[in-house]
Amino acid sequence: MLGPVIAGLYGTVLPAFGHLPAAGLTGPSLDPFRDLFDWGGLGAAVRLSVTTGVVATGLSLLIVSFIVAGWSGTRSFRVLERLLSPLLSVPHAAAAFGLAFLIVPSGWIARATSPWLTGWDRPPDLLIVQDPLGFAMVAGLVVKEVPFLLLMMIAAMGQAQPRRSILVAQALGYGRVTGWLKTVFPRVYAQIRLPVYVVIGYSMSVVDVAVILGPSTPPTLSVQIVKWMSDPDLAMRLTGAAAALLQFALVAGVLLAWWLGERVVAALGRRWIWSGRRGQMDAPGRIVGLAFGVLSAASILLGLASLAIWSFAARWSFPNVLPDGFTMRSWDRHGASAFATMGETFLIAGCAVGIALVLVLGCLEAEHRGDRQFGQKGLLLLYLPLLVPQTAFLPGLQTMLLTVGADMGRVPVIFAHLVFVLPYVFLSLGDPWRSWDARHATVAAALGASPWRVFWSVRVPMLTRPLLTVMAVGVAVSVGQYLATLLIGGGRVETLTTEAVALASGGDRRAIGVYGLLQTLAALVPFTMALVVPTLLWRNRRGLHE
Amino acid sequence: MNKGLTLRNVCILRAGNPLIEVDHHIAPGDVLTVMGPSGVGKSTLLAFITGTLPSVFKGMGQVVLDGEDITGLPPHRRQIGILFQDDLLFPHMSVGANLAFGMPSGGGRAARRVAIEDALKDVDLDGYADRDPATLSGGQKARVALARMLLSQPRALLLDEAFSRLDAELRAQVRDLVFRTAKSQQLPVLMVTHDAEDAAAAGGALVKLEALST
Repeated sequence: MLGPVIAGLYGTVLPAFGHLPAAGLTGPSLDPFRDLFDWGGLGAAVRLSVTTGVVATGLSLLIVSFIVAGWSGTRSFRVLERLLSPLLSVPHAAAAFGLAFLIVPSGWIARATSPWLTGWDRPPDLLIVQDPLGFAMVAGLVVKEVPFLLLMMIAAMGQAQPRRSILVAQALGYGRVTGWLKTVFPRVYAQIRLPVYVVIGYSMSVVDVAVILGPSTPPTLSVQIVKWMSDPDLAMRLTGAAAALLQFALVAGVLLAWWLGERVVAALGRRWIWSGRRGQMDAPGRIVGLAFGVLSAASILLGLASLAIWSFAARWSFPNVLPDGFTMRSWDRHGASAFATMGETFLIAGCAVGIALVLVLGCLEAEHRGDRQFGQKGLLLLYLPLLVPQTAFLPGLQTMLLTVGADMGRVPVIFAHLVFVLPYVFLSLGDPWRSWDARHATVAAALGASPWRVFWSVRVPMLTRPLLTVMAVGVAVSVGQYLATLLIGGGRVETLTTEAVALASGGDRRAIGVYGLLQTLAALVPFTMALVVPTLLWRNRRGLHE
Repeated sequence: MNKGLTLRNVCILRAGNPLIEVDHHIAPGDVLTVMGPSGVGKSTLLAFITGTLPSVFKGMGQVVLDGEDITGLPPHRRQIGILFQDDLLFPHMSVGANLAFGMPSGGGRAARRVAIEDALKDVDLDGYADRDPATLSGGQKARVALARMLLSQPRALLLDEAFSRLDAELRAQVRDLVFRTAKSQQLPVLMVTHDAEDAAAAGGALVKLEALST
């Protein structure tokens, strides 16, 4: 999967230095960078990208740490754990729309508190969503990154044996939170470092969330890059490419700074451990952790509810909490084309996930038969497409496809999705696939079963549940892709995500409700199936449900 | 022609250091017991014989079964049955399907069904073919695993601590059944165990493995 990333970066570098034969321009020249630095909004755009990305990542990591420190092993934690997969599958765009519907001046929060608390009988004239400092955007990123980092942290905890460390720490007089931070966090963080870097890279260069919740004058650097890249004037692509390189450098710089920050935090942490202080933050730490966890889960769930209600709302006057009436009008108007788009969305997701599954299973099976392990370096390679900002290599890939005259249609989009689906499929299938008891394979072979027979009639059926879950993860990743669809599809491929984001500027809440809801369903239905199908299929086989 | 299982100058190395050395012939119906402290590489020896030796090890010497050198054959062509301490029944198949999986293909549906019912009868599990393996007791699972292995018509039998998960009474029962069957079918048996009682019950030759290099 390095190919498209490298090709994309190459395709970004050439036009960034003024070389774009398709537009009759040959380089090298520094004009694109000169144009870029002449753009008045550059400073603000760069600042926004950095602050929103770093603040969103830091906040998410902090929340997740306190949730896990204070609550792992308790019943509330298990409830949260069960909510995790559905929360994770909600596409960023849908979650962002939902959040917007909650916090805008005419949103649910304002309605619920008006007029008795606020005294408003009309929506106030406040700029809450798309605020110039990007607070709304940070909130939108945090609610989606908290479930992701939580899942990664839970997976990492399995290997760190936190229970024993906590028991020892508690016997030595440490509270739960302090004990966890001092004994478990350092080990767990080492495991989730790459996912954290992915979150940084993603948050700094995200486009769909920034279009919906982020400021517009100027927008974040990534949004501006997309604007330049979709400008009918081909020369604007040069500026876009230069900006994409800048974006790449920004992410690399921030990752480096974060890495240095890790050293500083580690040094401070060691000093904290040496001090032997038992800490006073246990009770407040636990409460704050849980409050933020509940808050971020609730904002996604309530946001989705508000998307659903808007899609069925007739007139809905302020400050009523519910619409004055319900109607199918929005669904009649947008339903047919939305469902057609859903079909296209599933077609692309199905192909991308199918290809990814074949590649990943082939890789894992080769690893099993040749009994080789995938090292730390391989892991880094897998993470690379997730680490390199999308806005840095997708525009280049698009330019390159244009140059070689490839058809900007469905097939390139499928392969572009594959670049992002594959790592997630590999990462989520690797653990359950490897933890399967290989003695089953030995027994089956001793019974005379060939390697392929072992694969198809023993291993795959026994791993039905993780396989289906992984497919659901893949579909959710593909459904959520915005930039890859928009740029590589050349505007000709429409999925629920591109359609929903395109509606953002129009502000038709009922249409957004329809598309946002379907987008969520498209990601959620496969997860439900991954739960239900094995239960039905293996209803008489208790051994597969433990 | 030399019937039985022969380990000819078998030596297993890890990182160039010899781990175990065995040179032994097991006649049909006989049991060779291999004992030794845990970590000495008993299971590694079995992995070499079944052809599933992890690549960190290097095996030398030959495994000869009924006069045929099978050292180079892939695991599924060796016709060597193995029982582990866990039953390792396939959880997604019924008891009967587990047996059918191991049975050589061929024969009509009905004939196969009869053979499976008979095999279950031999281990006192009459009428269990349609049961979910997860609903069986530990001793019953062990017997299904034995029946499944025998139905695959192995030419030799390996036991990897096969009785260590069973409680004392059941253990003697299952062990007797396994040895009796091996004797009556004239199978050479190689048993790996750390339990002196197992060794005594087997009554055959005994090899004690020691750590050759640490």
